[in-house]
Amino acid sequence: MTTVQAPDTTPATTGTTTTGRLLALGRAEATLLLRNRTALLTALGLPVLLVAGVREVLRQQASTTPGLDLNAALVTGVTGIVLLFVVYYNLTAAYVARRGELVLKRLRTGEARDLEILAGTALPSVLLALVQCAALGVAGAALLDLPVPVNPLLALAGLGLSVVLLTGLAALSSAYTRTVESAGITTLPVLMTAQFGSGLMFPLEVMPDQLAGLCRALPTTPAFLLLRIGWFGTGGSAPATGFAGSWGAGAPQLGLAVCWAAAVWWAARHRFRWEPRR
Amino acid sequence: MTDTSHPAPVIEAAGLRRRYGPADERGFDALHGLDLTVRRGELFALLGTNGAGKTSAMELLEGLAAPTAGRVRVLGLDPYRERAALRPRIGIMLQEGGFPGDLTVAETVRSWAGLTSGARPVDEALDPVGLRHRRDARVKQLSGGERRRLDLAVALLGRPEVVFLDEPGSGLDPEARAAVRQLVRGLRERGTTVLLTTHHLQEAEELADRLAIMHHGRIVTGGTVAEVIAGHPARITFELPERRGPYGTLGLPALDGAEVTAEGRRITVRTSALQTVLTALLGWAARHGITLAGLDARSASLEEAFLAVAAGPADAADAADAVWSGGVPATAVRPPIGDSR
Repeated sequence: MTTVQAPDTTPATTGTTTTGRLLALGRAEATLLLRNRTALLTALGLPVLLVAGVREVLRQQASTTPGLDLNAALVTGVTGIVLLFVVYYNLTAAYVARRGELVLKRLRTGEARDLEILAGTALPSVLLALVQCAALGVAGAALLDLPVPVNPLLALAGLGLSVVLLTGLAALSSAYTRTVESAGITTLPVLMTAQFGSGLMFPLEVMPDQLAGLCRALPTTPAFLLLRIGWFGTGGSAPATGFAGSWGAGAPQLGLAVCWAAAVWWAARHRFRWEPRR
Repeated sequence: MTDTSHPAPVIEAAGLRRRYGPADERGFDALHGLDLTVRRGELFALLGTNGAGKTSAMELLEGLAAPTAGRVRVLGLDPYRERAALRPRIGIMLQEGGFPGDLTVAETVRSWAGLTSGARPVDEALDPVGLRHRRDARVKQLSGGERRRLDLAVALLGRPEVVFLDEPGSGLDPEARAAVRQLVRGLRERGTTVLLTTHHLQEAEELADRLAIMHHGRIVTGGTVAEVIAGHPARITFELPERRGPYGTLGLPALDGAEVTAEGRRITVRTSALQTVLTALLGWAARHGITLAGLDARSASLEEAFLAVAAGPADAADAADAVWSGGVPATAVRPPIGDSR
């Protein structure tokens, strides 16, 4: 500590922008993700392991459900599960970790807005998940002869809404999670209901009507269904529709998905904790 | 530019209350009615015992939380509602931490530079706090003092007009503490307004233009160091010889304006006229050939004022009275007083 200088008070000339702030936050979080082997292995290794397991489960469903496209169900199912683990689970743990280290509180002393802090922290996980989804799509098209998406707009809307919804759910779950270790337990309800109830492992058609109706009302179901309708023109075993027809099947899901995303974010905004309990 | 000719308040708080938890008895009032004004270019120190509410107050002034009641303005803005407008002009150092352990020092500063208007380059930010040589170390490998200095570097990254420092000297060794003190002094010289909390009285005494002492969620006394001390008496302590032989009937001289208490032979004299009273006392002792064992005379110090506040009752309504009366125990025994000539 030899040179001691204080800054002068010349007014700042270069302001910060939302994009700049998101990138700064995202870059720091990406560095942390790369240095956290457990999180990285979970995020990268999981999809590979899942494809085999989910395929087996789905094959049994397909044998008893005429019209169900096994490969289509497989790719959309694994995409959903990747989003669940890489975005939702990973991010819940990340929010809890940053909160515990008082990083979130410290960030609020800076120029980043609350929503930017949450979004910037989510950025690397979301990007990683989207890259994996893209890889799944490409692999599906190349290896499983999957068709070109019937309605790319709806498919992308489904993907985008899934990401927004799952980020909000992560923020909400982190409010009920004290430590990174306990995130494994607090995220189970969402992970389980979404995997088994949102058509990822079990198409809704194979369920009894009442149960299927209940499952359609789950927060994660509309966004996942939307992805599937956009890609294959059908949410299940119904005959595939074209670009125009897919809007009819997709519109209700689109509306529901938007409502759920808004509701989850509203709750997250009110429940989110920026620092550990005293 | 800092206009020092116009001493408009930079930080203003009036009737600030902060309550944690529900409105019933399960809740807890951390602040009950805090009033504070810090003028431009001033270095203001907020002192207080642990749990006095310093950090609670800082969080409201920094805009990290909304007050339960009362009004806060920093640079004319509501720090909670107008946080986005205020942030580019202020720098904040929290009481502890807030940087991910797995980032390096340089990565931490770089990411903060992306969040700070007019941020200085990394090395230029690390130089003043003596951390340049640690730029590639992970934050978790830093010592407590190094972390504190990184925190300070980040708070000063954008050359803020107003700086909030919560316990900037905590966890530092004496050398680092002195360097931080010099850095803070440099801030003030350049016209930066600084509000800091500390429980290092010497630090406050040396640095602060004005200060306030908090106790149980309220400011009990405040002003310049001289003003705060002025309310407190100087103190003379000594021990009288045993009362036998020639001293058997001896009493103390009349000490005008002094308050005398005795604990056995140990006498404490409190007075606002130290020199006069001490002269009278020493003259009396010389005339009678008395040795005042353990004689100690000292002007009021900030420590005295602080301890008087700290000894005050939890019910802050009475705290001010207790401070000004010097906290004399009601059971004090008065020795015989009167000139024996």
